[in-house]
Amino acid sequence: MNVSSPANVAPVTDNVEGMGYVSNLPRRIVTIYLPLAIFVFVLLFPFYWMTITAVKPNSQLTDYENYSPFWVVGPTLDHIKYLLFETSYPGWLVNTMVVAVGATVLSLAASIFAAYAIERVRFTGSRQVGLLIFLAYLVPPSILFIPLAFIVFKFGIYDSKLALIFTYPTFLIPFCTWLLMGYFRSIPFELEESALVDGASRWQILVKIILPLAVPGLISAGIFAFTLSWNEFIYALTFIQSSENKTIPVGVLTELVRGDVFEWGSLMAGALFGSLPVVILYSFFVDYYVSSMTGAVKE
Amino acid sequence: MSTTSIMKRRSFAGLLQNNTALGVMFMLPAGVFLLCFLTYPLGLGVWLGFTDTRIGRDGVFIGLENYRLLFDDSVFWLSVFNTILYTSVASVLKFGLGLWLALILNEKLPLKSFFRAIVLLPWVVPTVLSALAFWWIFDSQFSILSWSLIQLGLIDQPINFLGDSNNARASVIAANVWRGIPFVAISLLAGLQTISPSLQEAASLDGATSWQRFRYVTLPMLTPIIAVVMTFSVLFTFTDFQLIYVLTKGGPVNATHLMATLSFQRGIPGGQLGEGAAIAVAMIPFLLASILFSFFGLQRRKWQQGGSE
Repeated sequence: MNVSSPANVAPVTDNVEGMGYVSNLPRRIVTIYLPLAIFVFVLLFPFYWMTITAVKPNSQLTDYENYSPFWVVGPTLDHIKYLLFETSYPGWLVNTMVVAVGATVLSLAASIFAAYAIERVRFTGSRQVGLLIFLAYLVPPSILFIPLAFIVFKFGIYDSKLALIFTYPTFLIPFCTWLLMGYFRSIPFELEESALVDGASRWQILVKIILPLAVPGLISAGIFAFTLSWNEFIYALTFIQSSENKTIPVGVLTELVRGDVFEWGSLMAGALFGSLPVVILYSFFVDYYVSSMTGAVKE
Repeated sequence: MSTTSIMKRRSFAGLLQNNTALGVMFMLPAGVFLLCFLTYPLGLGVWLGFTDTRIGRDGVFIGLENYRLLFDDSVFWLSVFNTILYTSVASVLKFGLGLWLALILNEKLPLKSFFRAIVLLPWVVPTVLSALAFWWIFDSQFSILSWSLIQLGLIDQPINFLGDSNNARASVIAANVWRGIPFVAISLLAGLQTISPSLQEAASLDGATSWQRFRYVTLPMLTPIIAVVMTFSVLFTFTDFQLIYVLTKGGPVNATHLMATLSFQRGIPGGQLGEGAAIAVAMIPFLLASILFSFFGLQRRKWQQGGSE
């Protein structure tokens, strides 16, 4: 890298900025704090808008002359009550939970074995299998949903939660396996060798040595898989017909949006409550999220 | 010391013989699943593309008929154009803004981990649900954006965000960028944190300006991770479905139809499974091209850096 700078004429000047220890405050405000504030505002505003709409009485919702749209006078719980007691929303919430937990457990179990086999058993062709797993991760649901609908129908699980529990692993297994492979790789081989010398079987090694050491990886993969299943839309939209089997994203979109009169209050309340479980989970495990997201991207 | 290593070798030699059997056994659950619900559907999708299957009726092989129909279908070509426009504009914006945000978050900041956590929120929340919020923000009558701009005196009447072709395109791209920035920013931030500060210090001692430090130190070190992150970003943007389905359902007059949404519309509500599958298959060459592009881009960079890392 040849840096074409007047390095030989100008010695180290005292206004070298941006290194943290030599920058002056006014400049930092313009170059760092102001852009950061704008970013944070833009990224969070839709959530604020969602929340404020969910508790606004209908009369204020579209009356921008008498009330400031950014604030709410006399918040109401009507929209939320309507959502919880007069729609199938609680049922969708339960469905989404069942499907997400089912798909996550299934994928995690399959991925643990697969990742261990690829990373540590080192059978013939394990490297190729690892590469195939990565490629499988790149296959998007948008090109699979039509043939999958066909298969789901043939299996007789169309319009049931099982259809989703069995199809979500198509994107969860590749992801979890890829992530766990990285974690297993970081566990020293010597531990496994000494267990082998002591006469432990592969199963014992996996259960008693590898898994306890890979707990952070399991948490990362698990919560990430849960979030992906919670957020999934296209399969749920295609494979589910009846109202009682719908998941939150599909239910809110197909049943709360009707006709030309949008009930924005309850719609936004639905969006808010549908987001809360993953946001709460996220707030407890921020670091795991970040590590699984960056772990999936690494290498 | 030597005895243990011999013992190790022996126990490994004994195990080596049944390693393949063991490996296959451990791979079985994941393998069966992926073959059943990933590889088979992928093949079936290609096959369906060559048939005239409809919902409730098994199709017969009709060769390239679906593709011939699509070739003469202006809506299909419009969706190809829209997809490419959507992907390229959104990806460039996500990359630029994401990198900027990553650089900001890489500075010394108070409450840094708090900001990092907040920034990732749009990516955690279900896309459909945040898209609903955008739908409300883009409302033709009561849009908060229009209202604010009117109050500021910048416009006279509400903007028709989703009713006008170009406005609708810009609106869905904006929503996609909003959702995509966190992923790019946080991934690139992770990459930035692996760059040793001593390199920056060395460069600044040599008199490099902050732009030069960014251009000749940070950027080359970051290139491999940029390539991977952007491949993912391009793939997911190209095959996007949820945002469009919520915001416009492809309208107005197909102006925002992407290949994925068109495939859904023709295949599921339209009942033409064969044609829908053909549209989905038509996405594959684009996806392969972008994967290969980033793969070889990555290889070249590694070679340029003298094979380090």
